Formats: sequence, structure tokens, C-alpha cells
Amino acid sequence: MTTALEPAIHGDRVSLLRVLGPAHVWALGVGIVLVGEFTGWNFSADKGGTLAALIVCWVVGLLYTSVAMIDSEVTSTVAAAGGQYAQAKHIVGPLMAFNVALFLVFAYTMLEVSDAILLGDTIVAKAGVDGLTHNSFIAATIVVLAWLNYRGVLMTLNVNFVITAIAYVSIVILFFSVSPWTQGAVLKLNELVTPGNALPYGWIGVIAAFQFGIWYYLGIEGTTQAAEEVRSPARSLPYGTMAGMITLLIAAAMTWYVCASLMPWEYLGVTPYPLWDAGKLTGSPLLENLLFIATLLAAIASANGCINDAARAWFSLGRDRYLPSWFSAVHPKYRTPYRSILFLLPIALAFAFIADLNQAITFSILSGVLQYTFMSINIMMFRKKWPLGTIRRGYTHPFHPLPAIVLFCLCVVTFFAIFLGFGSQLSAMVAFYFLISVWFHFYRYKFVRRGDQFTMPWPKPQGY
Amino acid sequence: MWVALSYACWGISIILALWMLYDWFKVDTTYSEEVLTSSREGELEAASEEHRI
Repeated sequence: MTTALEPAIHGDRVSLLRVLGPAHVWALGVGIVLVGEFTGWNFSADKGGTLAALIVCWVVGLLYTSVAMIDSEVTSTVAAAGGQYAQAKHIVGPLMAFNVALFLVFAYTMLEVSDAILLGDTIVAKAGVDGLTHNSFIAATIVVLAWLNYRGVLMTLNVNFVITAIAYVSIVILFFSVSPWTQGAVLKLNELVTPGNALPYGWIGVIAAFQFGIWYYLGIEGTTQAAEEVRSPARSLPYGTMAGMITLLIAAAMTWYVCASLMPWEYLGVTPYPLWDAGKLTGSPLLENLLFIATLLAAIASANGCINDAARAWFSLGRDRYLPSWFSAVHPKYRTPYRSILFLLPIALAFAFIADLNQAITFSILSGVLQYTFMSINIMMFRKKWPLGTIRRGYTHPFHPLPAIVLFCLCVVTFFAIFLGFGSQLSAMVAFYFLISVWFHFYRYKFVRRGDQFTMPWPKPQGY
Repeated sequence: MWVALSYACWGISIILALWMLYDWFKVDTTYSEEVLTSSREGELEAASEEHRI
């Protein structure tokens, strides 16, 4: 009998291993995102005040609930590695698919870079030793996690489940430790958020806050990258994704409530460690150390999930010859896309050593929002080409087309918010995707085996 | 302690990076390119799901 740790070649094929369940899907999605509660979301307070941070928490929560519902329906039907890339390929077309895959690789690689920088900076801040730099901690984070991903997806996501759960529980412990039901004892929300400073820049501040409100949930759509490795994609993916979204909505609300009740918005909006600082402000060394460790674990979980997802997207591009097929190799023993993991490793290291946190985060968010805009269009085309009843869906999202319209509108608002803060980066990124699309259309696409790339055994779409 | 941890991080990173390079070389010289790149999208779905309503 062949086990997962022995070379497993069935006939002439070596494929990814189907070993994951809904808990792993949850660990992948929440693991990537949860770091956003430990840093990132709070910069929205700098843009628009504490109340703006709460407003975007709920409104961006609506955006991501739409993302999760739409993604669950399409992915439970197009269950392939590459996630949104495979969806775009079957529903929109190759050029869109190529762009979506690049959105994915950029979003996850830049998020991984941001996580590693955050981890390094957090350790350096804790150590307080002159001359100690973050480079060694960044290198260890990226290389050790790449090694874990290289060795197999099951162990990778088992580790992610444990460390994500610990980080999440730390937020819950902090929440109940400050007596949230008794304002005035530890929490001072009434004193810190007053009618005079609730929205210091008015409603334009709320719009500007969207850019960082994304951090509450950025990356939950990464669950779809596990599609080819879950035992029952039609059941596990919607279940894990929706459970992850519910988990994150609760975590976001608790995080805002505790941090807004302990810190003035002028400080909350600029600190890189809002939850760690909240732990310090309680006066409990135990909570301070717990939140320090949880910040590190959340960064590790996020980087781990990002390596997993970026490698699958890159692997899928190679498998369809959108990039050289060399990248589509699967390790015969560990059953992972090992060449894609190794190829992206030095790229992540280079960015982590030369880029700053703000730049990396902005590139990640921009690629993410481009991807969400695509998803709103994608689901409209999916429902039009294959209406309900024509193909089997693992999950059917309710109220169509309302979630798609809400998603599209919120993406437009977020683009405007990003333009306010990072207009030049937004323009540069759009120019990059335009040029790479021209290259793909006129040069690369001739290497693609056109008939082989469409693998879903679906009936012809309506209107074709 | 933190400085020692920093050196340990460099050491672990180098060891694991070298191990991955060694394993990559070993795999690529042991198996043919056709076998390593033989994965196909949707194969299991095509076999197990007929997509009939």
C-alpha cells in the first residue's frame, strides 16, 4: 500500500494530494487573514478616526461576505488548484485568467513579505537590543515556511490550524479580560470616542479608511486554492470559507471594541501593534506576552498560507502553459508544487529585504481589490452562461445578483480610497498589468494548448 | 539571547535552503520531466462527477 510519504505515482501521473478537510480550509483562510487584526486595520483610524474604523469594519465585512458567498458557489463547481484563475479560465477567458493568476501571486507574495517584515519588526521591538536587525528573522520565517510547504500540504495546514487557533483565542481572552460588559472599569470608549473626534475628517475620512479596512478580511478568498487538495471540494470549500468569514467578523468586532476603548484614535491610527499595545495597556504582563506571541503566530500563519496559495496559482499557470510547463512539476514524494515554491522563495526574500512594509501592503491590497472586481463580473457571467439547473453546484449563493452588485460598488469605492492615498502605485500597477497582458496576448498564448486548458465536463454555455 | 536567536535563524535558514536545493536536484535527476509535470487539472472531477442534474 502506498502512503503519503512514499513516492506515489499512479500510472503515469503525479498529482497533488487530496487529504484536506473543512478545518484545513478554515485554517488556510483565517490563517492568512487574522494577522490583519494584529496590524493593518488600525491605520483606517488614522485616515478617518475611530468611528470610521468601525464603519469600514462592517461595510468591508459586507464586501467580503459577498466575496465568500460568490467564491463558494463558483469554487464548489470549478474545483481546481489556482482557484479564481481556474474560474476565470472557464468562465471569462484565457487573458482574464492570466491576469487573475498574477493578481493572486502578487497579492499573496506581497502579503507574505509584509508578514515576514512584521514578524521581524515585532521581535526587534520586543528585544530592544542596539544593532539587532530584522533580516535574520525575516529569512527564517520565509525559508522555514517554504520548507514546510515543500514537505506537504497536510502538515502545513495542520500547523496553520493550531497557530491560527491560538492567535484567535488570544483575542477572545483579551476581550473577556477587560470586562467588556463594564465600560469605565478598564475600557474608556465614552471618553476616547466623543462626538467631537468620532469622525475628525468627516465622511471623506470614512471613504479614505476603506483602504485599510480591507485588512480586517484580506485573503479569505485564498481558501479556493486548496480546491484540488480537499477530499470533498463541493462540501468543504463553502463550509470552510463561510465558517472562516463568520470567525473573522467576530474577531474584527472584538478587536475594534477593545482597541478603540483603550487607545485614542491619534495613537491607534499609527501604532504597528494595536492588539499587543492593548495587552500592554491592561497592565497585565501575562496579557502583554500573550498578545506578543499571538502577533508572531498570526504573522507566521498568514505567511504560511500565502506561500501555499501563491505557489498553487503559479503552478496552475505552468500546467496550462501560460508560463513554462517546468513550473507545473509535482514532487513525487511530498505531492507539492515544489518548483513553484522554490521559484517564489528568493523573490519573497528579495522584496522582504528591500521593500518597506507600506509598499508591500499596498501592492498586496491593490492586487486583491483587482481580483474582487473580477469576481463580481465573473459570477454574473457564470450565472448567465450556466443558469441554475444546468450544472451541479456544491453551493448556491442567495440573493443573486445583489452580492455581485454590492461587491462591485464597494470595489469602486475602495479603488477611489486607494487612489487618494497611493495614486501613483495604483497607476503603475494598472500599467504593469496592461503591458503584461499585451505580452501574453501577442507572444505567450501561442505556446498554450488551447483545447487542453478547459477541463470541466460542462455542457455548452447558453448563447454559444 | 536575542543576538544568539538571530544567529540561529540564519543557521536554520541556510540549512533548510540547502536541503531543499539538494532534494530538488535529487528529484529532478531521479524522475523524468514527463512524470514530474504529468498533473492534469480536473482529472478527479471528470472521473467522479458527471455533472448531471
